[in-house]
Amino acid sequence: MNKVVAEHQGYLMQATNATIQFGGLRAVDSVNMNIEAGTIVALIGPNGAGKTTFFNLLTGIYTPTEGEILFEGRSVSGKKTHVIADWGISRTFQNIRLFKEMTVLENVMVGRHVRTHSGFFGATFRTPSFRREERQIQEDAERWLDFVGLTDHANDLAANLPYGAQRRLEIARALATEPKLVCLDEPAAGMNESESADLDDLILRIRDELNITVFLIEHDMKVVMNLAEYIYVLDFGKLIAEGLPAEIQSNPAVIEAYLGQDMEAAIKAKRQALLESRGEKVATPPATPAPEAAPEEAVMDSDGVVMVMDADIKEKNDAA
Amino acid sequence: MEFFVQLLIDGLTLGGMYALIALGFTLVYGILLMINFAHAEMFMTGGFIGYGVLNLLSNESTIATASDFFAPLSILQSTQPFFTTTALGFILMMLIVFGVAAVLTGLLGMTIERFAYRPLRNSPRLCALISALGMSLFLQNFVLLAVGHRMVFPTPEFLANLNAVPLFGSIRIAPIDLIIFVTCLVLLFTLDRFVSKSKLGKAMRATSQDKDAAGLMGININSVIALTFFIGPALGAVAGTFFGLKYGVVTFNMGLFPGIKAFTAAVLGGIGNLRGAMLGGFLIGVLEALASGYLSIAYRDVITFAILILILIFRPGGLLGESVVEKV
Amino acid sequence: MTNTKNTSKNTTAAYEDQAVKGKPSAAEAVFGNIAKPMFSGKKATTPLKIALTALLLVVLFVLPIYLQGMGEALLLASLVGIGLYVILALGLNIVIGYAGMLDFGRMAFYAVGTYAAIILAIPLANLLGPSLEGLVFPVVMVGAGLVAAFVGWLLSLPVMRLRGDYLAIVTLGFGEIVRITLQNNPFDLTNGLLGLPKSGDFMPSPPFFEYLRDTVQWAIGNEFFFTVTRNVYWYYMVLIMLIIAIIVVRNQDNSRLGRSWAAMREDEVAASAMGVNITKAKTWAFVLGAFWGGIAGACFGFFLGGISPEPFSFLNSVIVLAIVVIGGMGSIPGVLVGGVLIMGFPELIRWFAMNHLGQAGGDIQSMVANFRNLFLGLLMVIMMAVRTEGLIPMKPKFYKLFGKAKSGKGDNSDASAATTGAAPKGGAGS
Repeated sequence: MNKVVAEHQGYLMQATNATIQFGGLRAVDSVNMNIEAGTIVALIGPNGAGKTTFFNLLTGIYTPTEGEILFEGRSVSGKKTHVIADWGISRTFQNIRLFKEMTVLENVMVGRHVRTHSGFFGATFRTPSFRREERQIQEDAERWLDFVGLTDHANDLAANLPYGAQRRLEIARALATEPKLVCLDEPAAGMNESESADLDDLILRIRDELNITVFLIEHDMKVVMNLAEYIYVLDFGKLIAEGLPAEIQSNPAVIEAYLGQDMEAAIKAKRQALLESRGEKVATPPATPAPEAAPEEAVMDSDGVVMVMDADIKEKNDAA
Repeated sequence: MEFFVQLLIDGLTLGGMYALIALGFTLVYGILLMINFAHAEMFMTGGFIGYGVLNLLSNESTIATASDFFAPLSILQSTQPFFTTTALGFILMMLIVFGVAAVLTGLLGMTIERFAYRPLRNSPRLCALISALGMSLFLQNFVLLAVGHRMVFPTPEFLANLNAVPLFGSIRIAPIDLIIFVTCLVLLFTLDRFVSKSKLGKAMRATSQDKDAAGLMGININSVIALTFFIGPALGAVAGTFFGLKYGVVTFNMGLFPGIKAFTAAVLGGIGNLRGAMLGGFLIGVLEALASGYLSIAYRDVITFAILILILIFRPGGLLGESVVEKV
Repeated sequence: MTNTKNTSKNTTAAYEDQAVKGKPSAAEAVFGNIAKPMFSGKKATTPLKIALTALLLVVLFVLPIYLQGMGEALLLASLVGIGLYVILALGLNIVIGYAGMLDFGRMAFYAVGTYAAIILAIPLANLLGPSLEGLVFPVVMVGAGLVAAFVGWLLSLPVMRLRGDYLAIVTLGFGEIVRITLQNNPFDLTNGLLGLPKSGDFMPSPPFFEYLRDTVQWAIGNEFFFTVTRNVYWYYMVLIMLIIAIIVVRNQDNSRLGRSWAAMREDEVAASAMGVNITKAKTWAFVLGAFWGGIAGACFGFFLGGISPEPFSFLNSVIVLAIVVIGGMGSIPGVLVGGVLIMGFPELIRWFAMNHLGQAGGDIQSMVANFRNLFLGLLMVIMMAVRTEGLIPMKPKFYKLFGKAKSGKGDNSDASAATTGAAPKGGAGS
C-alpha cells in the first residue's frame, strides 16, 4: 500500500552505517538498511553473521557504537528497550524467551503492558478504572491468543507448551504490544513441515490483516522465499547482498551459501568479492521492489496489496 | 609520621589476612561464578580448629582432659614444654597447628562443595547464593553449639616472651605481626606460582576460562573445583588462626566482618583475579587501619561497606578486572 | 495470487473452528467447579479455600481469649513477634518472590521504621496533647512506612543496574551500615546503644488502648475475665496490619504492576522488549517492600515501648530471608507458613521448657534459638538442592476466560475481531 507515499516520506525503519563493536569484533559493521511500511523483509546470513545483534541494536538492547537507526524518523540510539517497544517495535527471540513460570495468557497480558497505564494506586485499591483496564487487558490478550490459535492453552504454563506453540506464543506476545514493526528471530527454527507452513500463514496474516510490517530472521529458505518481499544478506557483520527474492536466489554467493552443500565455506570465500561487486549498491539500495521484478515476486507483491485493500474493506464493513 | 607508619604496619598485617581470605572468594568466583558466602565461616572454623590444636599442644589442662578421653594423647604432656618454650619447638608447633587447621578446613570446604554446591551447579546463581548463606548460618551455629560462642586463644610462652622488633626510630613491630605479614607474603607468592606455573594451576585457569572446553580437553572439572574448594578454605583457616593469635580470642560470628571485607578486597581487585585479590586485601587493610586511626573507629566498618557499594556500582570489574559484556 | 489469499482465509477459518470448539471445554477442564470469582471477576477460588480462610480467621481472632483463659498470655507476646516477622517477610517477598531480586539487608527498613516511628512520636505527642494521644500511633505508623519506603527508593537509585548476587551483597552492606550508624548516635537522634526513648521521654499510648483495657471485662466461665492487656492489644493490632498487608500485597501481585514484576523476574530482556520499564518495576518493588518494613517497625517500636539497635542484626535479616525462601518465594501462604514455622517453633519450645520443665528462660531461649538457626541453615541448603520453590510453591495465576472473541459475535472471524479490537490504534487500553 501507499508505495508512493513511502518513497517520498521515508521508511518505517532506516539504518545508516549501523555498527556495533565488542572489543575488537565488529559484530554489525556499517550496515545500511531500509524497511518500508507494510512489507515483509527478511534478514538472512550464516550463523554468527550478526543478524540477532542487529535486532538487538534495533530494539535498544545494544546501542550502536557508530551510525544510526531511525524508526519513523526517530533515532533508537540510546533509547531504552521499553521506550522503543512503546514506539512500536516488538520482537521475538531466537532462543525463545517466554516468561516460563507464567501462564500462556499472562505472557500475552504482559505484552499489553506498553499500551496500558494503571499503576501502584489502582493495583492497591482496585479502583474501578483499574478493574476496567484489567478486564480489557485480559480480553485483548485472549484475542491475541485466538489469533495464533492458542486459546486452548490459555491457562497452561508457558514452559509446558510444545515447541512450536511456544514460538507462536512469542509472536502473540509481541503482537499484543500493537507494534508497527514486528521482528521475528528465526520463528521457524525447529518446526516441522506443517508447522512451518502454518507459520507462513500466520506471518502473512500479520501483515495482511493487521497491517504490521514484518522483519524476519530465518534460516529456512523455503519460509524466506515464500514470504519475503525483500531480502538482506549479512555475513560477518557486513551486508553482502540485498534484493528481491529472485535476485537473491540468482546471486551466486547466496546460491552457494544456502542452496549449495558447503554453506559457510562458500559464503566466506565469496564474501570479499561480493562486497566489492555490490559495494555501490549497498550505499544506495532501491527503495522498493523494482517494477520489472521477477513475475513470481510481482504476484506476491500485488497480492499483498490486494490483501490489504481487502482487509480495509472488511474493517469498514465490520464498523458499519 | 610515626603514628602513620604504625597504622600502616597494622594495616598491612590486617591486609595480609584479608588477602588470604579474599583468595578463597576470588578462586571460587573465577571458576563457578558464585559468591561463596560460607567462605567467611571457613575463616572462623579454621580459627577454632587452630585454637583446638594449639590448646592440645600447649595447654596442660587441655592435654590432661584429652588424655582422660584418649590415653595415648598423654604423650603430649612430655612434648608440651618443648613446644611452648623453645624456638624450634614453637616453629614446629606452629607448623602443626596451621597444617592441621588448613587441611581440616580444606577438607570441610571440599565436603561442603560436594554436598551443598555441586547439586546446584546448573541452578540459577541466586540459589547457590542462598545455599551458601544457609551453610554459613549452619556452620556458625554448629560451632557455637559444639564449642562455644567465644574462646580465649592461648598465647604460647615463647611468643609471649619475644620482644617487639624495632624497625627504625621508635617504630616497633610486634612479633606476631611480623610473622603474619611474612607468612602471608610467602603463601601469596607460592599460590601465585602454583596457579601460573604448575599443571594443576593451569587446569584451574583453564577451567575458569571455559568449563566445558576445559572438560573436553581432558581436565577433570570436578577435581579442579574440589581443589579450589580445598585451597580457598585452607588459606582462610590460616588467616583465622592468625586472627586468634593476634587478637587472643575467636568467636563463632567472627567470620562476618572479615569475610565481607575480604569480599570487598576481592571485588576491589577484580573478582576472579588472584593478584587483584591480594592487592585488594592489602589496600582494604591499610585503608581500614588509616580510617580507624584518622577518622573514626566507630564508623570504620561503615567505610569498608561504603567502599564495597561504591565499587560494585561504579566499577564492578574492580581495579584489575575486565568488564564483561553480558550476552543476550 | 489467489493461492496465498485463500490459504490465509482457510487458516483463519480453521483457527476459528478450533477456538469455538475449544472454548467451553478448556474453561470446563480448568474451572469445572468455580464458585465465585474474586476481586475483579477473573480469578477463581474454590469454596473450600474460602471456608478454610474464614475458619483460620475465626481461630486467629479467638485465640487470645483462649490463651488468656488457659493462663498462657505470655505466648501472645511471641505471637506478636511472629506476626511482625511475617509482615516483614511479606515485604521481602515482593522484592525476592515477585521481582526476583535478592535482599540480604531487610533489617535496614525494619530499623528505619522503628526509629522513625519513635523519633516522630514523641514531638507529635507533645504537639497533639493528651486528648489526641491516640492519633499519634496511626499517624506515626504511616509516617514510618513512608520513611522506610523513601529509604528503599534511595537505595534503589544506585543499585538499579547491579547483577543479582552483587545486589545481595550491597543490601547486606546497607543493612550493616544502617545498624552501625544507629549505634553511633548520629545527630544525637538515636541515643546510640542505649536506645530510645531517651530518659525523660515517654511513648504515647496507642489508640483506644486505655479505653479497651478499662472497659472490656468479658466473663468467661466462672472465674475468668477476658481483659485487653498490652499483649492482647498488640496481638490484634498486628493481626489487623498483617491482614491488610496480605490484601494489599496480593492486590499488587494480581495487577499490571505485579505482572511487570513477574515478567522481569522471569526474563529481564524479554520483559523490557515487551515494554516493561525495568527501572520503574524495580523501584516499585524496593519501595513497596520497604514500606512494610516501616509499618512492622513502627508496631515493633510501640509494642516494645522503646528500641535499641540490637534486634537489627544481619542474622535477623537472614531469618526473614529464610522465611521467604523456605516458605516459598512469591507465595503468600508460603510466607505465612514459613513465618509461623521458623519464628513459632523456637517460641513454642521455649514456652514448653519454661512452663513444664521449670527451666529459667534466658539460657533455654538462646539455646533453642541457636538450634533453630542451625536447622534453618541446613534447611536452606537442602531446600535449594531439592525444592527451590519452597514448602508452598507460588501458584500460577489462572484466569477465567471471557471467550469474548467468539461468543456473541456469531460467525465473525476471530482474526477480524482481533484486528478491530487490538490492532494498532484500536480501541484497547483506555
